[in-house]
Formats: sequence, structure tokens, C-alpha cells
Amino acid sequence: MASQGETASRGGSAFWNDPKFRSIFFQLLVVATVVGFGWYLLHNTSANLERQGIASGFDFLDSTAGFGIIMTLIEYSEESTYGRAFWVGLVNTLVMSAIGIVLATIIGVIVGIARLSSNWLISRIATVYIETLRNIPLLLQIFFWYFAVLRSVPGPRQSYALGESIFVNNRGLYTPKPLFGDGFEFIAIGFLAAIAGIVAVRRWARKRQARTGEQFPVLLTSLGILFGLPLLGLIVAVLAYGGVPLSFEYPALTGFNFTGGLVMIPEFVALLLALSAYTAAFIAEIVRAGILAVSHGQTEAARSLGLRPGPTLRLVIIPQALRVIIPPLTSQYLNLTKNSSLAAAIAYPELVSVFAGTVLNQTGQAVEVIGITMAIYLGLSLSISAFMNWYNRKIALVER
Amino acid sequence: MKSAKELAGAAVCTNTGTTTELNVADYFRGNKMDYKVVAFEKADEVVAAYDAGRCDVYTTDRSGLAAQRTKLKEPDAHVVLPEIISKEPLGPAVRHGDSQWGDIVRWSLNTMIIGEELGITSANVDKMKGSPNPEVKRMLGQEANFGEQLGLGQDFAYNILKKVGNYAESYNRNVGPDTPLKLDRGLNALWNNGGILYAPPFR
Repeated sequence: MASQGETASRGGSAFWNDPKFRSIFFQLLVVATVVGFGWYLLHNTSANLERQGIASGFDFLDSTAGFGIIMTLIEYSEESTYGRAFWVGLVNTLVMSAIGIVLATIIGVIVGIARLSSNWLISRIATVYIETLRNIPLLLQIFFWYFAVLRSVPGPRQSYALGESIFVNNRGLYTPKPLFGDGFEFIAIGFLAAIAGIVAVRRWARKRQARTGEQFPVLLTSLGILFGLPLLGLIVAVLAYGGVPLSFEYPALTGFNFTGGLVMIPEFVALLLALSAYTAAFIAEIVRAGILAVSHGQTEAARSLGLRPGPTLRLVIIPQALRVIIPPLTSQYLNLTKNSSLAAAIAYPELVSVFAGTVLNQTGQAVEVIGITMAIYLGLSLSISAFMNWYNRKIALVER
Repeated sequence: MKSAKELAGAAVCTNTGTTTELNVADYFRGNKMDYKVVAFEKADEVVAAYDAGRCDVYTTDRSGLAAQRTKLKEPDAHVVLPEIISKEPLGPAVRHGDSQWGDIVRWSLNTMIIGEELGITSANVDKMKGSPNPEVKRMLGQEANFGEQLGLGQDFAYNILKKVGNYAESYNRNVGPDTPLKLDRGLNALWNNGGILYAPPFR
């Protein structure tokens, strides 16, 4: 052994045949190339921008935007700044992603379980749903839903009306807007207390069942708390201020369109339907794979212990299936969030449409705008995946 | 509906990132009218959505409106309102840095405009070659050497007028009142005819 080492160092001709030297040399070479290329890109960009007289920097965010946005969940007008328009777009993206993720998960789980159903018709319907929706490009589906939504409802003058308060037409779904009066905080406090109470009752009931085996009617108690405490808040508010602290602003047809009330624009509805129906098809397959990954022996064991099919699924199969489901589910959530940027095609004003579209075109600050937009999507995706990884670790199998 | 001034409260379809998007905001704000802008990425979607009833109005360049109207299911059920709410001059554009090509394009357009002014059409250009008018002679290549200066043949103006025709012929053939676009000449008329179209002389 020793002689081998000796020959290696002694017979080791020149230093460039030394594997250690070689590996360090080539790694340095790669680093230098990458850094050099990066520097070249940066330098080239800034030189070109300077030559064309395009100012770089983020000052443009403070100048007046001057354009209108159809859906603003935060205060915005034409006199607002580009920076404000950015926030409007970001909020619209976040709202769409959040609602889309919830809806896609619900549809996906239902369809996934339906595809495993022993009922021939149900499982076939689920199969057709999955194979159709996940094999048609999303952009086409967005157009399909958009024009399906638009053409299936009448114009503002012929609106479908539910009473004199809810109207549906091709400009949107109009509902009364709640106006909160003095004393509404009592109801809000009651509602928050109810949620805390329900969590506490569930914990307590679970512990008690683990200890004594007795079950507690959690659902009924929860419903009671959920309605009871806000009602108590309402009574307090009425006693304190002498009136119900909630009134409504009703939508009304004035001229071309309805004004007043809350409106959900058709672009929002179409995009939400398209994104959640499309992503649900993938989630359904993930759910099916997760459930199939749990060995059938688990079901048989649960049945032999006397568990009915419902609790078997809920207490035995799903907790084990979740470990297989969560990681690929995370990618689907990321996909949905990023796919929401296709909304520019149907005028839903999300980040890409408002900021990387209108703002970019008007300011010409391509590098900054695209940089910010990419950073936002990166941040969003990393946050979603950090949350899902945390959840995945939480439900991971605890070895005893 | 006769005027854009009656559009208070309307939903307006347009393209994102265009000057149109800003013009419509300026116009409605300037006239203190409410509006909702529905901005799409592509013109086809704007038209489809407008046709499906998503908006009360569609705004873009006047020539664009005329062109897009022909694509609607019932073109005659829609009118182009008379107000022109912004200046959007359209014309040929060339890349910076190639001045010879720039000159050729500029003088091709000038030829068509002067052709109309002097009454030279594709039908009578052969006859006009015998005209005593010195500017016609210079233009059609019998006198002076404008073609050479541009790096073209002496008959470049003759070829343009013979094969394409003068500005009026081209306009009437492609976008004028007798075409589906039904656009009046308006500001596109010659300077001596109530418009602003003007070309420097062939000299």
C-alpha cells in the first residue's frame, strides 16, 4: 500500500497530471466563465440602455399611471402611481391563486376519489373529466370558459335578477355591498371568538375520546358556537347603539351599466373556472395515485377492526396517502399560481397584465419591470413551497 | 347614440399597453364621465369580447375601428362615433441609420401624393409623359435625374404611378368610402382640398 502512494507522488510527472490540481483548475475555469458571462450580460445591457438614453432605476414607480383598471380590491384611480398599479395587480394575482388553489383541491379530491369508485358510471365520468381537461391546452380552456360565460348571460338591460338585489349579466355578477355601521366590531369579535372556541372544543373532544373512548357531538356544538356568538355580538351592538350595525348598498341600473354594490367581473369567473378545472384534473390523478399507494391490507385491517368505509378513508387511508400526495400537489399549486398569468389574454387585471403589460409598455422600463415581476413570482412560489414542505414534515410518518 | 359624450358609465374594450388605453382614460376623466376599461392583450380578443357584448364601446385607431367593424357578426348594427379623441398619425417607418432607404420610402410616398395633386393616375400616366408641365417631366424622368440621386432608375415614379396609382387611387381602393371600411378622406385629403396631406415639390 505504502509503495503505491510512493509511486504516485514520485512517479507523478508534471503537476498538471495531479488530479487534485486538475479538479481545482477546471472548477476555477467554470466559475470564471460563468461570472464572466454574467458580467458581460450586465455590462452589455447597461451600456445599451445608456446609449439609447433609457434611464434605469425605480423612480418610475412614483409617477402617475393614468390608466384605469377594471378590478381593484385596493384603492386605485387613474391618478395613482405605477407603484400602486403594481399592488393592484399583485393583489388580483394573489386572490385568484388563493381561491383557485382551494377550488382546484376540492374538485380534484372529489374527482380523484370518484375515479376509484366501484360505481362504473361515476368512475367513467371522472376518467372522462380528467382525460379531457388535462389534455387540452390551458389557454384554449380559458377562452372557452370566457366566451361560454359571456355568451350564456344577457346584457345589462336584460339581466337575470334575483329579487331586486342580485343581478347577473355579461358585465358581471352584482350583489349588495355590506356597509358596516357603528357596533359591527361586536359581531366581528363574536365571530373570531367562535372560531377560537370551535378549535378549543375540537381539541378537547379529541383528547377526551382518546382517554375515555366517548365521542362528543363536535359538529353540532361547532355550528351552535359559530352562529351563537356573533348573534350575541349583534344583540350587544343593538343594545349599545340602538340599531342593526349592518346595511346594504344595492346595485342599480344607471345608463349603460349597474352601479353600486359588489361586482364579480366575468373575467374573474372565467379564469377561476378554467384554472381550477384544469389543475383539478392533475390533482385528481395525484390523489388517486396517493390512495392506491396505500396497501389494500390497510383497508382490510381497518374493516376488521369494525371501522365503517367513511372513517376508514378519513382515519386510515387519507393520512397515509397524504405523504405521497403532498409533494406533487405542491407543484400543482405552483403551476396554478404561475398559470394565472395567462389572464392577460382575457383582460383579468393581474400582475402580468397590469404591470408587465401596461406599465412596461408605458414606461419602457423593461429590465426593471420584468425583474420585479420575476422576483414576485419566484417569491410567491418559494413561499408556497416552503409552506407545503412545512405541512409535509408535519404529517410525515413518526417512527416510534 | 351620436356622440362619445353620451358614453358616461360605459364599459370600454381596448388593448393593454397601447396609447389608446391612456387616451380613453384621459377622455373620460377630462369629460368627468365614469367608465370601466376592459383591456385585452390581443386585438382579436378585444373584438370577440366586444362582439359577445362584454363592452358597450370599443376604442382604437379610427382606421382600426373601420377594419375591425367588418369582422363583427352584424357590422351594420355598430357605428363609429365621430369624435376623434387623440392624434394617432400612421405612416411608413424605416430603421434608423439607412438614409438611402429612408429617402426611397419618403419619395415613394411623395410621388403618390404629388401624383394626386397633379392629376396623374395609373390610367393616364403614359399620356402624361407628353405633358408640357415641367414638374411632371421631372417626376416621370424626362428631365433632371431624381431617380439616379435615389439610386433608382429614372422611371421609378412612373413605375409607382403606373402599377400602384396615386394616393387617391390607393386610398379609395383599400380603405375609401366604396370599400367595406367606408373611411372618408377627412384629414387625409390634400392640403388644397381641406386636408393636411402635403408633399414637397419635385424639384
